[in-house]
Amino acid sequence: MSLNIKNLTVYYQTLKGDVQALEHANLSIADGEIMGLAGESGCGKTTLSNSLILLKPPMKLISGTVELDGKPLPITDMARMDEYRFKKVSIIPQYAMNAMNPTRKIGKMIEELLHSRRVDYSTLRTELTRRLELVKLSPDILDMYPIELSGGMKQRMVMVLSTLLNPSLLLADEVTSALDVSSQKSVSEMLVEFRKREFVKSVVVITHDISILYQIADSIMIMYAGQLAEKASTETIIHRPLHPYTHLLISSLPKVGVRYAEKRLEGIPGNPPLLLNPPIGCRFRERCPMAFDKCVEEPPFEEIEEGHFVACWKEPKSYAQA
Amino acid sequence: MTKGKKRNELLYFAFRNTKLKIGLGVVLFFIVLTFVGPLIAKYNPTDSVGPAGAPPSAQFWFGTTTFGEDVFSQFVHGLSSTFLVGIVGGGLGTILGMTIGFAAGYRGGNLDEVLNVLTNVVLTIPVLALLVVISAYVKVRGVMIESLFIGVTTWPWAARAIRAQTFSLKTRDFVDLARLSGESPVKIIFTEIAPNMASYLFMTFILMFGSAILTAATLDFLGLGPTQGISLGTMMNLAVLWSALMLGMWWWFIPPGIGITAIVGGLYIMNVGLDEIFNPKLREM
Amino acid sequence: MAKYFRRKLLIYLLTFIIAVTVDWCIPRFMPGNPVDLIISRAGLKGSAVSQMYTFYMQAFGLDQPIWKQYLNFWIAIFHGDLGTSIFLFPSPVTKVILGAVPYDLALLIPAILTSWFAGNNFGAFAARSKRLDNTLLPLGYILTGTPYMWLGIVLAWAFGIAWRIFPIAGGYSFAMRPALTLPFIWSLFQHWFLPFASLFIVQFGGWAIGMRNLIIYELEADYSHYLAALGAPKRLVRKYAFQNAMLPQLTGLALQLGVIVAGALATEVVFSYPGIGYLILQAIHNEDYFLLQGCFLFVVIGVLLANFIIDITYVIVDPRTRAGMQGGAS
Repeated sequence: MSLNIKNLTVYYQTLKGDVQALEHANLSIADGEIMGLAGESGCGKTTLSNSLILLKPPMKLISGTVELDGKPLPITDMARMDEYRFKKVSIIPQYAMNAMNPTRKIGKMIEELLHSRRVDYSTLRTELTRRLELVKLSPDILDMYPIELSGGMKQRMVMVLSTLLNPSLLLADEVTSALDVSSQKSVSEMLVEFRKREFVKSVVVITHDISILYQIADSIMIMYAGQLAEKASTETIIHRPLHPYTHLLISSLPKVGVRYAEKRLEGIPGNPPLLLNPPIGCRFRERCPMAFDKCVEEPPFEEIEEGHFVACWKEPKSYAQA
Repeated sequence: MTKGKKRNELLYFAFRNTKLKIGLGVVLFFIVLTFVGPLIAKYNPTDSVGPAGAPPSAQFWFGTTTFGEDVFSQFVHGLSSTFLVGIVGGGLGTILGMTIGFAAGYRGGNLDEVLNVLTNVVLTIPVLALLVVISAYVKVRGVMIESLFIGVTTWPWAARAIRAQTFSLKTRDFVDLARLSGESPVKIIFTEIAPNMASYLFMTFILMFGSAILTAATLDFLGLGPTQGISLGTMMNLAVLWSALMLGMWWWFIPPGIGITAIVGGLYIMNVGLDEIFNPKLREM
Repeated sequence: MAKYFRRKLLIYLLTFIIAVTVDWCIPRFMPGNPVDLIISRAGLKGSAVSQMYTFYMQAFGLDQPIWKQYLNFWIAIFHGDLGTSIFLFPSPVTKVILGAVPYDLALLIPAILTSWFAGNNFGAFAARSKRLDNTLLPLGYILTGTPYMWLGIVLAWAFGIAWRIFPIAGGYSFAMRPALTLPFIWSLFQHWFLPFASLFIVQFGGWAIGMRNLIIYELEADYSHYLAALGAPKRLVRKYAFQNAMLPQLTGLALQLGVIVAGALATEVVFSYPGIGYLILQAIHNEDYFLLQGCFLFVVIGVLLANFIIDITYVIVDPRTRAGMQGGAS
């Protein structure tokens, strides 16, 4: 198992109280697995990903442990965690378009970053050039400033930089949402290519756009209001989802390629609860057509069949038939 | 989020913000003093009422000037012209800045080009030197004339800031919607754009208010202030002119300076507090 | 890039033209004719008045058509002729002002440069510690709210009168004659120090809070988060943030120039320091309008030159502007 998360709970501390952004997450990702992570905005996707690499105030770890490659990951220890960042866990952030220092030549910035991590730039230089060519970027861009690159070029540059030290786990947060359709396709194909070439072992692809996951993800995890709802192989999630939320989510997708989160889920009445004072128990229960008494307790995220996890009190089989 | 809820939230943060409380407290203190002071002050500010150059005492709280005038009376009367300059000068500067900023930002194109060049030109001219020259030729000056001069020379800074804000707001959906529904540009600016940057406009006004006070103080200090009446700047001017320094009459020049510094500093700190309230990113956790 | 400079030059040129025009207009369209003033001061009576009047009108060229006067004004400026000082008659205004300029430069250049660098560094340093930040911030805002001349008065009173450490009037000791000797230079320094210090202190506060706010903004910028996520040490993140925050501070310097110069003028008045500010006061008191006009013109030219220098510096310091230049060429 590449990544093992146990009972991870992370809150945001605000003046008005704790925002319960991630509750009791239990999750494993295998070596070489590309896992898609989907859900409406504010459901805790980015919180989950950030707590694996940069857990800092106002984020606060309430409970839980994370293991990477069999060793505990010191996610709350900013200093010790530095050793793991970039080398073991890396990220392609949501804001990849602005991720590079605007006043440094890209090559110079990479050199200074690597130097600060005590990695020799000169020995990596050939590999860097090779990878740039792989993503169809000319090595000349190392002599340019970020402002001289197009959005797609910056995205690919950040992909190459983030994976340069062959991390075990790559967190790719909304890598395609700022791009046009053709760049979206090529960027997501590059992610698969990177895994094939073992630049990265496992990848978590966070996205609004489920259609991207159809093409590249081995498995998909659905989150709702800070809780894990369901995880299974891509095939299963799309064709045989068990959680009522997943079911509604998938069936309310009019067509492949439509970004559902930008439209309200019209098939599901109501809004996600505010996470400042979320309801106890299953947080989806107020919108759930199948909710019953038991739902005031928090359902466990249980393995129903091999590789298929669901957090729902409803008898899975009876639901699947309904 | 509904409007009422948002307002509640702002108030909630406003009451918790120390900077706003301190800044506003200081400014309010001086505003109250402006109104109450003349009632407490026992003397006419320009009458010779006591011994020359007496240090602070129970009778003359801030001492007296070389001419035996009561410094405290001068101080509280001077405060009113300070606030007047701030409100009128700062207000006029803000209104001109808004007009030009909105026009340039909303219209864009050639009008923007012209106004932008104009703004930059006036921004580059050393305003105080210009004011000195103008004031030197006007023989009878009142606080209003001074405020007017300050207002018409200090708008460019506000215009620049407001133009940039307008630029980013005018591409938003609700502005498009208003435009499509055929509303006039003036109406769109006042019903759609201005309300959405109200907090920003208010903060601009506070900054203009503070800088107008400082500018007026400098002019007054150079002897180009109001020819009648008294202001904190003219107090400093007279103190220096009549060698209060050499004579060690600190009570003559310290209070007006503290007054100006406290009011302007209070305004600036208040603005930082407001900034934190309106921009959630800056709120302290 | 070339467009950027063309634009700037256009603005500077326009500013200059407008400043000169204002300078020319004011004595002509303001109530009170300068010639009347000179004559009333001379206390003449009867026919002598009209003779004097014609003489001065001709001498100042006020009898010519307006457009000609305006043209003459420009021609005179390009010859460096700003008229004759009334107060220091018959010294030419240009000569009087050129005598004062070195004092202004000696005051302004060190005050601006040292306060800018020191304020920025201190602001960046203060942004690191909560405690320093909590004391610096209010102090900084109080300093920016302080009128320059008042701080000058307080310093003069404390160090000049109460403790008698520094002299508080003049550019050098009245007992000395200008010479390149050590005692004279020492005297210059002593007289320079307090005006310099009051300019330094007020500006220092402004730059320090400016930098503190910018650094915090830059540390919240996406590139800072990305570096942190890749495990870059704080040192590198802060270095980038500081360097990037310096750029808006440079623009800020250009915007502040007018205010700083005004502050210097007022400070010179406090210390009777023989720069342009002091001349302006003399000109006002003696109603020497030619001198006043000349001073204004010199201040404008000085501010324009300084602006231009800052523009060039900006292009050198911000690589993006140069990158844009390459992009334009290719």
